[in-house]
Amino acid sequence: MDLSAINPAVLIASLMVAAVPIMLAATGELVVEKAGVLNLGVEGMMIMGAVCGLAIAVEAESPAVGFLAAAAGGAALSLIFAFLTQVLLANQVATGLALTLFGLGLSSLIGQGYVGIKPPPTPRLDFGPLTDIPVLGTILFRHDPVVYLSVLIIAAVWALLKFTRAGLILRAVGENHDAAHALGYKVQRIRLAAILFGGAMAGLGGAYISLVRVPQWTDGITAGAGWIALAIVVFASWKPWRILLGAYLFGGITVLQLNLQAAGARIPVEYLSMSPYLITILVLVIMSADRGRAALNAPAALGRNFHASR
Amino acid sequence: MTGTGEVLLRVEGLTKAYPGVVANSDVSFAVAPGEVHALLGENGAGKSTLVKMIYGLVKPDSGTMTLRGAAYAPAKPGSARQQGVAMVFQHFSLFEALNVAENVALGMQHPPRMRALASRIRQVSQDYGLPLDPDRLVGDLSAGERQRVEIIRCLLQDPKLLIMDEPTSVLTPQEVDILFQTLRQLSAEGTAILYISHKLEEIRALCDTATILRRGKVVATCTPREKSARDLAEMMVGETLTPPARSAKAKGAVALEVSGLSVRSPNPFGTALKNVSFSVRKGEILGIAGVAGNGQDELLLALSGELRTARDTIRINDAGCGDAGPNERRRAGLVAAPEERLGHAAAPDMSLTENALLSGASRKGLVSRGLIDWAATRAFAGQIVDRFDVRTPGIWVAARALSGGNLQKFVVGRELSQAPAIVVVNQPTWGVDASAAAAIRQALIDRAAEGAAVVVISQDLDELLEIADRFAALNGGRLTEPRPTQGLTVDEIGLMMGGAHGMEVAHHVHP
Repeated sequence: MDLSAINPAVLIASLMVAAVPIMLAATGELVVEKAGVLNLGVEGMMIMGAVCGLAIAVEAESPAVGFLAAAAGGAALSLIFAFLTQVLLANQVATGLALTLFGLGLSSLIGQGYVGIKPPPTPRLDFGPLTDIPVLGTILFRHDPVVYLSVLIIAAVWALLKFTRAGLILRAVGENHDAAHALGYKVQRIRLAAILFGGAMAGLGGAYISLVRVPQWTDGITAGAGWIALAIVVFASWKPWRILLGAYLFGGITVLQLNLQAAGARIPVEYLSMSPYLITILVLVIMSADRGRAALNAPAALGRNFHASR
Repeated sequence: MTGTGEVLLRVEGLTKAYPGVVANSDVSFAVAPGEVHALLGENGAGKSTLVKMIYGLVKPDSGTMTLRGAAYAPAKPGSARQQGVAMVFQHFSLFEALNVAENVALGMQHPPRMRALASRIRQVSQDYGLPLDPDRLVGDLSAGERQRVEIIRCLLQDPKLLIMDEPTSVLTPQEVDILFQTLRQLSAEGTAILYISHKLEEIRALCDTATILRRGKVVATCTPREKSARDLAEMMVGETLTPPARSAKAKGAVALEVSGLSVRSPNPFGTALKNVSFSVRKGEILGIAGVAGNGQDELLLALSGELRTARDTIRINDAGCGDAGPNERRRAGLVAAPEERLGHAAAPDMSLTENALLSGASRKGLVSRGLIDWAATRAFAGQIVDRFDVRTPGIWVAARALSGGNLQKFVVGRELSQAPAIVVVNQPTWGVDASAAAAIRQALIDRAAEGAAVVVISQDLDELLEIADRFAALNGGRLTEPRPTQGLTVDEIGLMMGGAHGMEVAHHVHP
């Protein structure tokens, strides 16, 4: 095994890229869960975003338009979830799982005409001379706009939840929907908005896979990233900056695992590729061992449907 | 101050019907500025629906309201608040994981910035003798402190009319006194108060006028100070109530002994039990009082077997069973009825027969070799319904379809019908109408007279004083030494419950 073949600066730069899809999706899901809704359809919304993003980017020959379309695609799929759970009061877990299965099937149908087609490349941002700074330039200044956007979105969500009245109302709805209703807040409408945001974020994350990471279309391209995003929300105990940490940690393990394979590590490939998932399970077990604290951060009304009975 | 000329709020002919029930029918009354006006009625008399219409949460079917002479029809609570109507809810409309300032901000139309709001909360809460720290999490506050949050939230908006829905059900007698001082101060400043309660003495002490509701209709309007509590009760219930008859039988040997019981709460905002010790003899009723959230739920869980402890902390008929589960304890003779009827005491979507089976299976022998004896189960359920006068179309009805009082009669009856040696009940008459409550109390007394040891955990002091032989109070997870009920004064009881929880202290720490 030749560890000298692994360049730390390149490793860090590529883990930042690897983390983007799950980071976007997890940020969206964090907002959804803060509003008290558990949407397990992240994987389905991501892959819808992936296929919509690729298809539209190819047709319009513009990655930016592709990303917008991906957000719209993810949000459109989440609208089905919102209708079923908020209006018809369907069970959120079952509906979320159905959404994932539906998304996987529909994306595969739409993607049939796009197998093997390369999408237009997403250009990097040009930071001029900053790019040439040794190490730092490689890590920070050679990325495409979506990498920076994902960090900005985390900062924005953090500020929204912590400092604004809208964020306070969102948290209140997720904490106790009966009390929020008694005070005159529109529980269903607020949750609908959160679900749509979550869908759009998951769509963006999916498009990043099909437009930048892979970049082409294959069935099941998201390969479980949506589930990891769901796990990271719990790992982050519903705190935005910890989503960044969790996503980079996960991205790091993914990238390291690829690098170790390339460097010829004497471990079967299968172990390396399952390592990120194993570590996620491990972290979740450790997190939930301390039940009191974790339960404190969790939105109290998570997964419970609201119906104004009186 | 009784309103002679000026009228703040006038309600005329309000009617609201829900499928199957008329909550309010042609209700009219008027409130003057600075008046403390009582709405008196039993559970289900339509008080809550009425104030929800005034607060804009429910839209009336017909009828009109005028506020300061202008037509008043709030479409949502926000517009009610804007016009100077504020409300303190019975079941707190608070968010446990948010802090005090955030909770207050959520109830305001245009809250100031957080820092300014925090200092206003400090100031107003000091002015009214209700000290509050704006940065504390509401989940960590006592019930009395939570109510302060709600009151402060209302006061910050400078209301003209303050609606209070059963505000004293969670307070110790000392805290009630302080609340009344605050309310009198508000009334002197010209704020009208609409005070909802079924506690007669409180209304006689505080209110200028009372409107009495029965089954959604106004049956009387009176000045409560001029009436006796008994008159008010009869107007409210519409029949004469007979208090339960106590048994004078001698008590037997110790049936349930709890010593040094300490257990953590399964709920993050719950209260841990700390070194709880007591014993109950055969034929005796031990009443355990306390403000909600002082360990009542945890005590019930520890006694019923849902929370397990060391073997010898709980002894049934001198056999250790602290590590036994609910079914083993049932077999040993201990039955329990928790507070939450739907979802804890009964499975809401299962029929009464199935619910009878769930707790009666072991003691009544309803299951043999893994097969259910449905005929015996139906007979058992039917027997409960007959003996405890549960009003239901049949035993095949789902538990959630019963009214609160009827389901409570079923749940308590189910446990008492298993010939238990020890009965543990939490809040046996919570949200139950007066005649059903009297029947449940009588059933508990009768079971004790037949030789069972009974533990009644309740927040209703009058109930405990009526039926308990001995009395103890839970305060912060600790249990006071049980004392004979006879000869206890309300002051002593209040002190056992933890006194004013620091509210009085505040009057002396003015800066």
